[in-house]
Amino acid sequence: MKKAILPAIYLTLSMTFVTGIIYPLFITAVSQLIFPGRADGSLVKVDGSVVGSKLIGQHFTGDRYFWSRPSSTDYNALPSGASNYGPTSDSLKTLVERRRADFIQLNSLPSNAIVPAEMLYASGSGLDPDISPEGAELQIERVARARRFGPRGREALAKLVRRSVRGPQFGLLGEPRVNVLLLNIALDTLHVTGRKTS
Amino acid sequence: MKFGTLDVLQVALFILSLAVLTPIIGSFMAKVFSGEKHFMKSFLGKTEELIYRVCRINPAEEMNWKEYTFALLAFNFAGFILLLLFQEVQQILPFNPQHLPAVSWDLAINTAVSFVTNTNWQSYAGETTMSNFVQMVGLTVQNFLSAATGIVVILPFIRGIIRKTTDDIGNFWVDVTRTTLYILLPLSVILAIILVGQGTVQTLTHYHTVKAITGQGQVIPVGPAASQIAIKQLGSNGGGFFNANGAHPFENPTPLTDFLEMLSILLIASGLVYTYGRLIGSMKQALVIWSVMLVLFVSMLSVSLYSEWTFHPAYASTPTMEGKETRFGITNSVLWEVATTSASNGSVNAMHDSMTPLSGMVALVNMMTGEVIFGGVGAGLYGMFHFILLTVFIAGLMVGRTPEYLGKKIEAYEVKMAVIGVVAPSAAILVFTAIGVITRGGISSLNNSGPHGFSEILYAFTSAAANNGSAFAGLNTNTVFYNLSQSAGMVIGRYSVIVPVLAISGSLARKKSIPPSPGTFPTDSPLFGFLLIGIIIIISALTFFPALALGPIVEHFLMLAGKTF
Amino acid sequence: MDNKSGVGLASAFDRNIVVQALADSFKKLNPKTLVKNPVMFVVEVVAVVSTYVVAQSAIGHQPSSLSFDAQITVWLWITVLFANFAEAIAEGRGKAQAEALRKARAETFARKLENGKEVNVPATELSKDDIVVCEAGDVIPADGLVVEGIASVDESAITGESAPVIRESGEERNAVTGGTKVLSDRIVIRIIAEQGSTFMDKIISLVEGAKRQKTPNEIALTILLSALTIVFLLAVATFPPFMHYSGKASGISVNEYVSLPILDSLLVCLIPTTIGGLLSAIGISGMDRLIRKNVIATSGRAAEAAGDVDVLLLDKTGTITLGNRMASDFLPAPGIPVERLADAAQLSSIADETPEGRSIVILAKERYGMRAKEVRDVGATFIPFSAQTKMSGVEIPALDGLGPRSIRKGSGEAMKKFVTEIGKTFPQSVQKNLEEIARQGSTPLVVVENGEVLGIVQLKDIVKGGIKERFAQLRKMGIKTVMITGDNALTAAAIAAEAGVDDFIAEAKPEDKLARIRQEQASGHLVGMIGDGTNDAPALAQADVGIAMNSGTQAAREAGNMVDLDSNPTKLIEVVETGKKLLMTRGALTTFSIANDVSKYFAIIPAMTGALYAFGKPYGPLSALNIMKLGSPESAILSAVIFNAIIIILLVPLALKGVKYRPVGASAVLRRNLLVYGLGGIIAPFIGIKLIDILVNALRLV
Repeated sequence: MKKAILPAIYLTLSMTFVTGIIYPLFITAVSQLIFPGRADGSLVKVDGSVVGSKLIGQHFTGDRYFWSRPSSTDYNALPSGASNYGPTSDSLKTLVERRRADFIQLNSLPSNAIVPAEMLYASGSGLDPDISPEGAELQIERVARARRFGPRGREALAKLVRRSVRGPQFGLLGEPRVNVLLLNIALDTLHVTGRKTS
Repeated sequence: MKFGTLDVLQVALFILSLAVLTPIIGSFMAKVFSGEKHFMKSFLGKTEELIYRVCRINPAEEMNWKEYTFALLAFNFAGFILLLLFQEVQQILPFNPQHLPAVSWDLAINTAVSFVTNTNWQSYAGETTMSNFVQMVGLTVQNFLSAATGIVVILPFIRGIIRKTTDDIGNFWVDVTRTTLYILLPLSVILAIILVGQGTVQTLTHYHTVKAITGQGQVIPVGPAASQIAIKQLGSNGGGFFNANGAHPFENPTPLTDFLEMLSILLIASGLVYTYGRLIGSMKQALVIWSVMLVLFVSMLSVSLYSEWTFHPAYASTPTMEGKETRFGITNSVLWEVATTSASNGSVNAMHDSMTPLSGMVALVNMMTGEVIFGGVGAGLYGMFHFILLTVFIAGLMVGRTPEYLGKKIEAYEVKMAVIGVVAPSAAILVFTAIGVITRGGISSLNNSGPHGFSEILYAFTSAAANNGSAFAGLNTNTVFYNLSQSAGMVIGRYSVIVPVLAISGSLARKKSIPPSPGTFPTDSPLFGFLLIGIIIIISALTFFPALALGPIVEHFLMLAGKTF
Repeated sequence: MDNKSGVGLASAFDRNIVVQALADSFKKLNPKTLVKNPVMFVVEVVAVVSTYVVAQSAIGHQPSSLSFDAQITVWLWITVLFANFAEAIAEGRGKAQAEALRKARAETFARKLENGKEVNVPATELSKDDIVVCEAGDVIPADGLVVEGIASVDESAITGESAPVIRESGEERNAVTGGTKVLSDRIVIRIIAEQGSTFMDKIISLVEGAKRQKTPNEIALTILLSALTIVFLLAVATFPPFMHYSGKASGISVNEYVSLPILDSLLVCLIPTTIGGLLSAIGISGMDRLIRKNVIATSGRAAEAAGDVDVLLLDKTGTITLGNRMASDFLPAPGIPVERLADAAQLSSIADETPEGRSIVILAKERYGMRAKEVRDVGATFIPFSAQTKMSGVEIPALDGLGPRSIRKGSGEAMKKFVTEIGKTFPQSVQKNLEEIARQGSTPLVVVENGEVLGIVQLKDIVKGGIKERFAQLRKMGIKTVMITGDNALTAAAIAAEAGVDDFIAEAKPEDKLARIRQEQASGHLVGMIGDGTNDAPALAQADVGIAMNSGTQAAREAGNMVDLDSNPTKLIEVVETGKKLLMTRGALTTFSIANDVSKYFAIIPAMTGALYAFGKPYGPLSALNIMKLGSPESAILSAVIFNAIIIILLVPLALKGVKYRPVGASAVLRRNLLVYGLGGIIAPFIGIKLIDILVNALRLV
């Protein structure tokens, strides 16, 4: 029995070296070599300065931008997380009812409108960068109005939203979605041309 | 939102991919375990030899079951101490760009136990608690080693079956080294690089601070995530780099990574069943076990999908997306939920706490079966051995013959060990939950009241004892009470299953092998599979029905009635 | 009822046995004895706790649930008593069985010489150095030494050799073994082995259950049942905390739903009381069933191992073939018409009452239509077989113009000697035929008339009727049969093929048997054999199930682990079936017991939790689980407890009789038992509990 103690320690240390140092450093080196941008967090630059990561959602308030989903961390990434409210949670019910009312009111929707589920419920990470295409479409009116778009600008905006929709990966995996940060960045550029045309 | 063709196709593709990859990975593992020639040897053969030389291991030496068990325990204990140490001194170690302080003692114990036992329960948020050094050199390492530990436990059992009248059941050091080097490491390298290609971060720099277009600031945490995520998925570990685990866009950026990570959860566990068949020389036996796992998996998945898709709370009139990511939607969230809880992985891509009661119950039942539906790497199969032996025993009695399995008689000793392996984790779940729901230390951590609060506590201890690691994460378990009681649950759940398996392996190896005859009850028939499913369900259901009634079942009725707490 | 089946099932409920069993049921409440049965011990502890609670509330003034609690408590005690009764009745029957055996056995007598006078004494009462007399037709009562006389003895039961052997006083051939039969002459024997009269007592104590040790399989099952008991103990013990949490969440007090009697009820209903209560009854009745077949197992372990046997070693003679050879052919010497040979052979055998002799008469009649003439009337004298001459025959005086005929028949060697002594020649072709027949394993008898060799009567082994079908059944059960014979390989193969055995050992010496058993065991088989001779003792001891014939030697009986009182070699097959039945009954009732729990949950859990989360309504959501629509929570719990108790009594006959066994493959057996006891075990209690609930409510018991 005793003779197992030393190998146990030596093997733990050897394996720590192989899988804890060599392996992650190897992966880091390869990643930095082949996918430098992605390995560092898929950062998005506007005018040379980093404005976020295209994978990490951000909080957008006000009518001028498309809103991201509700987040229980308010898109604070330290740490990520969710509400963890169960389906019979009173707090969840209250929150969802309020979000629904707000969404309908602020987007001037009919009171019986079906609000897409992701706009009512907070995501698992609190950092969900996406909303559903419906969730984006329902906001077009509001954004266009806030940005004082004329009919052509509104149409350009609708086109932008449609262009921003990413279908299921390979046409099969996952759900169709719109990246809110990228949409809003594109929106800001559209904003300029939109005015010109109006 | 409706359940449509695309949902069916994704589920079908998942199961099909698993079925196709199983024999490929399974036969490769069989080669590794039996010491045959395989292509990885040319890459790492020298490393293997070097490790033996450095560690003064004689690879030709055989161990009896007690030596094997002791080696395993000593190896795990050494890993525990090292991991504990790293957490306590991380502030003076390198790769700590955020200058995170030492981890509190109870959390450090919980985390060390958790990663060594392949549970990967996380009472902490990775991005705000653990330095890159601890994540890499501590946690990633145990992701490998606890997975390897689980996998190798099935080898003595296999040897017990194919060997006759011997004490020798293999060499733990050799088994664990080969498993790590030839199976876990290469698969992790492949998966990690694909993940980075899709957007998973892998860097040693400090967190990015950015100024958003709205002018708000945001800190974006990064780190060597991909290398850890690859092994945490493959090794049924599940401990995320970030708090949100597989829901975090940096851990699981696209539907493709989601698909591959889900597949990785079940890949090795499923492949091991094939390996088992290969090594005992009967693919039919393996096919029956695999079918049992698949049938249970698909049944559980169906219940969970049905519950999630059909439930529309009155206040939202859509299925709930609370805790789910847009890019995965409901089907992929449920598929991951069922995979991760059946496989003792414990990673999540959506928050189980916010799922419907029946869906949550599926997760609970998956774990309460002792994680035998594919299960943890190795752990699923060796947990299944216990059920197989009990089934063989009862079936054997019913056909009027002292039961035997693959030519080995199943007698009092085997039955005793098998019931310990089945009963001990269940006992831990019940007792700790009972303590949790009546003590202030237990209840004060709840963030949901009513029956859902009960489910949260039940889930926490079920997850610990089943070495799953997923959570009804609303429960704040970073308290001394939970950190320590969970640790106890995890140790019981791990070793009260492993040690009996090894004891059985030793006992089987010593026995003679009885050639089969028409009077032998065949364990490779659909009938046996059917009986095995019956035994698994009835034992878990009878043990946990009262608890489930007071948790998810009553919550289900209350939810339908629109009641909230 | 015939003698063989002894005490049949009808008398299971014989008044005396029942009365005794009822009394024993109470005696068995003694916790010291009950602790050996962990499941029932838990029930007793729980009953004591309930009694205490009832007594407390009777003293204090809590009459509200008193009647209910008291009824529960009574039924908990009844559960224990029923289980005790099941065991007691099995023991009672075993005892009666053994009693009957003892009487039957005492009726076998030996002719003991006391002071020169013959006294008939029971064979069991012979002790060492007693002197007994045996004459032609007597069975030698015990192992001994011939002290006087010479006799031919049929030792075929031991050696398998059908040719008689000579036993005589003196140094060399003086040992005789119990169970062998004297064929001719008279010998006086001094008994050298103690006849174990204590042997029976040992057996009786075994069937009575007093000294019964648990068999390995019972131990394994008890472990499983204990583990289930622990699981349910935990499930029930942790339930009150769960309930308290839920009560708090729904704003009610749950104390009345988690009272001790209710928790006791839940526990007793969940733990496997059905199999726990019947386990020892099954074990005892297994041995009892063996006894009814006139087989006594010296341990429960043996009875159980019998079910596992997958290789049977069977002696050819007596088991596969009839013990005696039968005339099968007449082979005349050159120039002799076959009719003449047949006629002479028949004549010489008329007075021969041995089966072989009779078979010659019959063969002659069948083949050549020869009617045995009443030669006695013409003054024929018969020469009986004697050990000295080794031949028998007849002397017929001259008659009807024919000369006097002197016919002799005997073994080739004896007749050759006889013929050459009177100066006649022994034909070469007859000699050749002799060798040929011997090579085939048959026995040749040479017939000589007036010194002229007429030819040979061939005596052949006859395979028993129905044995082939029997072996086919065995094969289906997964049992391999190996025939053991002293014959040469050629004959052995022919008989093996005819009888349908799987394998044979030819020209077997005693040590071959032992070697074969060891070899089969080494490759993992469990070997059963039946034997009777002294030289079988090592093999019997080595075999996993060794059945000694009662007619066999003392040594053999002590070496084996079963004794067959009928000395019927085919018994082995029935013994195997009995062993299988024993295991199957255990398995079936275990499955039934566990399957029962499903319905009990659906009776008791809604009763306990129905009030939770009701929020002012009369019933909470969990009353939806009351799928049996039982009258009230109290009646639901009481009905489950009552069902749980009476199912034990209802299953006693099944436990005693054993489940049905058919020799079909394992899968078919399992499928059937799973359907009957698994599915049946889930459904039956739903119906039973519902019926009891209707009754309980009709009688206003709650």
